[in-house]
Amino acid sequence: MLNLELNEGQLLLRESVERFVEREYSFERHRASVAEDEGFSRTLWKEFAELGWLGVGLDSEFGGARDVALLMEGLGRGLVVEPFLPSIVMAAKAIAIAGGGDEGSEIIARAATGDHLLSFAFTEPRSRYRIDHVTTRATRSGGSWALNGRKSLVFNGDAADSLVVTARTSGSTREQGGLSLFLVDGEGDGVSRRAYPTNDSRRAADIDFHDAPGRLLGVAGEAHTVIAEVVDRAAAAVCAESLGLMSRLNDLTVDYSKTREQFGQPIGRFQVLQHRMVDMFVALEESRSMTTVYMGDVDATDAVERQRAVSAMKVQCDKAGRLVGQEAVQLHGGIAMTQDYEAGHHFKRLSVIHRLFGDIDWHLDRFASL
Amino acid sequence: MQMTFTDADEAFRDELRDFIERECDPGSRERMEKGLGIGKEDYVDWHRKLATKGWSCPHWPVEHGGCDWTPVRHYIFEAETGEACCPPPVPFGPEMVAPVVWTFGTREQQRQHLPPILAGDLWWAQGYSEPNSGSDLASLRTAARLDGDHYVVNGTKTWTTMAHFADWIFLLVRTSSEGKKQEGITFLLVDMTSPGITIHPIITMEGGHEVNQVVFDDVRVPAANRIGEENRGWTYAKFLLGYERFNMAGIPQAKRQMKRLRHIAGDQGIDSDPGFRARMADAEIQIMALESTMLRLLSSVAAGKDPGNEASYIKIRGTEIDQLMTELAMEAAGPYVLPYAPRALEEGWNEEPLGPDYAAPVAPDYFNTRKVTIYGGSNEIQKNIIAKHVLGL
Repeated sequence: MLNLELNEGQLLLRESVERFVEREYSFERHRASVAEDEGFSRTLWKEFAELGWLGVGLDSEFGGARDVALLMEGLGRGLVVEPFLPSIVMAAKAIAIAGGGDEGSEIIARAATGDHLLSFAFTEPRSRYRIDHVTTRATRSGGSWALNGRKSLVFNGDAADSLVVTARTSGSTREQGGLSLFLVDGEGDGVSRRAYPTNDSRRAADIDFHDAPGRLLGVAGEAHTVIAEVVDRAAAAVCAESLGLMSRLNDLTVDYSKTREQFGQPIGRFQVLQHRMVDMFVALEESRSMTTVYMGDVDATDAVERQRAVSAMKVQCDKAGRLVGQEAVQLHGGIAMTQDYEAGHHFKRLSVIHRLFGDIDWHLDRFASL
Repeated sequence: MQMTFTDADEAFRDELRDFIERECDPGSRERMEKGLGIGKEDYVDWHRKLATKGWSCPHWPVEHGGCDWTPVRHYIFEAETGEACCPPPVPFGPEMVAPVVWTFGTREQQRQHLPPILAGDLWWAQGYSEPNSGSDLASLRTAARLDGDHYVVNGTKTWTTMAHFADWIFLLVRTSSEGKKQEGITFLLVDMTSPGITIHPIITMEGGHEVNQVVFDDVRVPAANRIGEENRGWTYAKFLLGYERFNMAGIPQAKRQMKRLRHIAGDQGIDSDPGFRARMADAEIQIMALESTMLRLLSSVAAGKDPGNEASYIKIRGTEIDQLMTELAMEAAGPYVLPYAPRALEEGWNEEPLGPDYAAPVAPDYFNTRKVTIYGGSNEIQKNIIAKHVLGL
């Protein structure tokens, strides 16, 4: 019998993130985090560690994709900008899957305490959604490796203490073979970072490597499957984040339509707007159904099963997020166009998510080919 | 398409092209072509250049300085200036308040206000929406009380586009609360330097400053600045809204967006992707359909017929296409829409771009363009108007 219910631990995890967002992460708090030098709050990041969140997706109790999804949905609803996605869902997980030996385990442990921030550097200026479009090269000199090349759009890449970097140890630009993962010190020799804000009020960096020393994670030349799994996990995680973003937008829109009066009545009384809010509700619920049922497949050992689930979820959630985001702005009217009102910020984050880890076309194409 | 141009039309087009090449600032054109913002100077400079040629407000009646052009010539003018990426006309003066002034204003008002608009010497803003009066515009509450030969204006206008550039503003104010709400509204012309006016910028979600809240605190406005009769302002406003809708087709802009989209798609290597190709073709066909509506309208006007119902849906389709084009650009540019680089949108920025050089304006454009189905009478309101007045529902 199919059991989609959450276990006791998962219920507690969900409750803890919902309570945190409700009590501590108001829209003003979000803006305060964005205004920090690093674009997020190190103090809150430590708090996440104390809440046990920075081990989610990695430790034995909350090691699954459904656990990650519970947390991501809550963080999405609150527009939380602290770097759980790049540091834990991507970089720490990449080290765990690739097998980084004792040093890798130690880095993951330090990441979980909130003292050591990680990021995952896998995109390049011309890579679009291809994870095998890697021109950055790593060459062995004596017992160590040196990296050369440029990575782009590295989330929180300016703040990261260590970077997990995809580089080519053999093969040509779009070959799956020859890809490897390296751990690189964010402030190490030969690493120069150009940081910038992104359109969803977060931060990213373009990073140049000039003979930057790196430590090989796992087996040289065989990292493609690891990278593919990590990026799929990230795609699944932002699907869950979308649920939180959409639910907040739907609540804001319905509430606003009950209080905003035009033509002598709340605009929510107009049938044409009611139907559109129903469409928004359906889009969210269908996405929630899809992620509830298929999120577990992200942990499948069979890559095809995982890919099918991830592509289906990403297509569904991106389509729904597009509808909900655009309609939330339209139904609010001018107020949602302003920077001082939170709905526009949820809409922008959804719009950015649609450009991450494969867009609708990319996932449709992959789904059709499986 | 059967579009016949006479020799005289062809000659006009050559003259216009030549004029654009010589007179339109290449910097403005380049920024327009790249989808970057242009400033007040860009608009004003081009308007003044056109004014020297007598072309700044071609659709005006000839006696006020307009051109005695056939519809075909207007079409050529709009198409050529759009294709050449000239700064578009700023609607508030030439296209919005001016028709009200020449239709309902006194001779003195016409003498005072039309020449500076024609010459590009004064910038106008539109004071319609209020915090609690958006779609339900007639519920507006900014009050004007007659005190001797002046009105004293108190209240708040919002979403006032480019009020921070404006020398004058045309206002809808409430002069009576008796009877139907539409019947107590008056149309005033207000000098923005009048004491008691405060402009508060509103920053939109993408980070830009276009719109403002404008607060009027005991602002004294000469009664001579009233258009037409007191409490008849709604009639003049409706007349003006008809003009505004008509100008929202945005065909030249849509064609520029299409050109830019093809460039982005080509650079990203998705112009050969069957799905994306089909969506680009679909968008282009939507532009053709809207342009066909405009041509049909032109043709019936040229034949001296009533334009009929085509004009009513131009705002709806024009804005939908505008949003579609910005969204397709988001898809085409892919992950490189992420960096937020407001300085890259400014003039004189010459650092190495983050990602491809076309990427910086793509996301801000997409975000900002969500406004077009909200402003100028939201598309929901447009549909109400069509349902009522065209379908008779």
